[in-house]
Amino acid sequence: MAQASLTNPTDMRARLFGAGSFKYWSVAPLLIILVIFTALPIIQLLQMSVSELEFIEGELVSEFIGLGQLDNLAKDPIAGIAIKNTLVFVVAVVLIETFTGFALAVAISRTRTFSIVYRSVVIIPLLIPPVAIGTMWSLIYDYNYGLITTILIELGVQYLPLWTADPDLALISVIIVDVWHWTSFMFLIMLAGIESIPPSLLEAARVDGANEFRMIRHVILPMMAPTILVAMLLRTILAFKVFDQIFVLTSGGPGTATQVISMHIYKVFSEQFRLGYAAFLSLLVAAFMTVFVVFYFWASRVVRRRLG
Amino acid sequence: MRQKTLHKIILNLALLVVVFIILFPVFYIVQTSLKSTADIYSGTFFFTARTKNYEEIFTGSRSNFAELTRNSLVVSSAVAIICGGIGSLAAYSVSRLNWPRWVTGGILVWLLFINMMPPIVFVTPYYLWARAAGIYDTPAAVVMAHVVLNMPLAVIMMMNFFAEVPKELEEAAVIDGCTQWQAFSRVIVPIVRPGLAAMAVLVFVFSWKEFLFALSLTTTSAGRTIPVGIANFVQEFNIRYGEMAAGSFVAMIPALILVLLAQRHIIKGLTVGAIKG
Repeated sequence: MAQASLTNPTDMRARLFGAGSFKYWSVAPLLIILVIFTALPIIQLLQMSVSELEFIEGELVSEFIGLGQLDNLAKDPIAGIAIKNTLVFVVAVVLIETFTGFALAVAISRTRTFSIVYRSVVIIPLLIPPVAIGTMWSLIYDYNYGLITTILIELGVQYLPLWTADPDLALISVIIVDVWHWTSFMFLIMLAGIESIPPSLLEAARVDGANEFRMIRHVILPMMAPTILVAMLLRTILAFKVFDQIFVLTSGGPGTATQVISMHIYKVFSEQFRLGYAAFLSLLVAAFMTVFVVFYFWASRVVRRRLG
Repeated sequence: MRQKTLHKIILNLALLVVVFIILFPVFYIVQTSLKSTADIYSGTFFFTARTKNYEEIFTGSRSNFAELTRNSLVVSSAVAIICGGIGSLAAYSVSRLNWPRWVTGGILVWLLFINMMPPIVFVTPYYLWARAAGIYDTPAAVVMAHVVLNMPLAVIMMMNFFAEVPKELEEAAVIDGCTQWQAFSRVIVPIVRPGLAAMAVLVFVFSWKEFLFALSLTTTSAGRTIPVGIANFVQEFNIRYGEMAAGSFVAMIPALILVLLAQRHIIKGLTVGAIKG
């Protein structure tokens, strides 16, 4: 294709309406959406986070306060708690789900009998609404009528845990639900990794007399290490999004026991109605996640290069 | 040999336990949704199934699931169609029409970025925009947000499908006198139709289950979707467990149908962003 100059009006017309124009307008709608709905919001957030915003009689009134939101952050005791809770949550779920996902992937890759059934069932948690996962588990956890209580009473146990209503157990309860929900995701990535290991390698190890355990320890794990690493990074990034189930199960409580960052920003936005401060916090989250995502891209590139 | 059989039995038993752990909560929701309040309180496993909870949420005075379901259907269908159209066009352009590498790579990175950003980041700007545009508390506001959220999945999934189509096909079409648009719409799209369908269905389900924007951009049943309706049950002082369970099951139906159709394409779409193993 001839290199057309952008400034030449005839070339411009050819680009927009000529034979090769399909190339440009096929991608245009996507680019328009990306610019308007993902780049502009960041600019808007910058603007909002240096202002105090208020709706007065339905009109949005904005007052410039410069770095005043920093003072608000310093005066906000819950922000620190939310960061701490989020970090505990993320580290716990990533470690647990890496283990459960890997174990499940090894197990399912070893069986052919009901493989299709297992694989179909395993993806269910990734497709049903997280809100419904929340209600499901709140029924299971319910202190008065829940499944666990019913079973414990049946067994004659005296001590009945409060689960989501107990400040010490709430975060753990939420983590359990997340493991139920997201193990499947780690499983899918790990299964793809295991299936890409050359069968001849596994065969050779078997001929050499390796048992199942040694096979996992000395063949599968080393071959999978890069995949596992990247899966953990990706899951870490996604785990920071957690909101829906916590909203349903605990709404961040009791007290601040399960207050995570998304939940906190949502409350600042919808309950305290401090739009400027919510925007400021959103911007901080976006900046932090950007660093993390760039690191993920870098790491997965290194891994891909190593894999071939 | 006998040891091998034993291994297999243990392995399958373990996997059956996993299947049980995954399916049991779903079963429990269905069971609860068919119980009367008295049966829920007594915790019995033996009860007469009744559909009263379902009737209540759809036609009762305290619930508005009829409207919520209509909104959910409208939103998810619109999002699937918009993402399907714009996403496959862009994916085709980017993967086939000789864009410089930096353009292709730039768009891909941008999309993955959106996929990984916590959605709460976009809530305040979208909220202000929806109000300014006068679409706050309508399905249109939710559609706007969901289109953005699902665009990465749509484009990346389609790029994978287009990569599998042999280049000679379009070349032959163009030589035969097709324009690029005709080559795309008459030759390529029919070939990737199964993939396109899988993508649209997956986008539908993802839009169906989205909660944060459906919650933040609406305030009445004029714009709310099913997940928001379910979450409202939990916040009441006296939780109506039976109706909450019934609503939750209704919310799960598209996902359960999708699992029955489960195929390779959909499984791939679930891990968009992961490196290829």
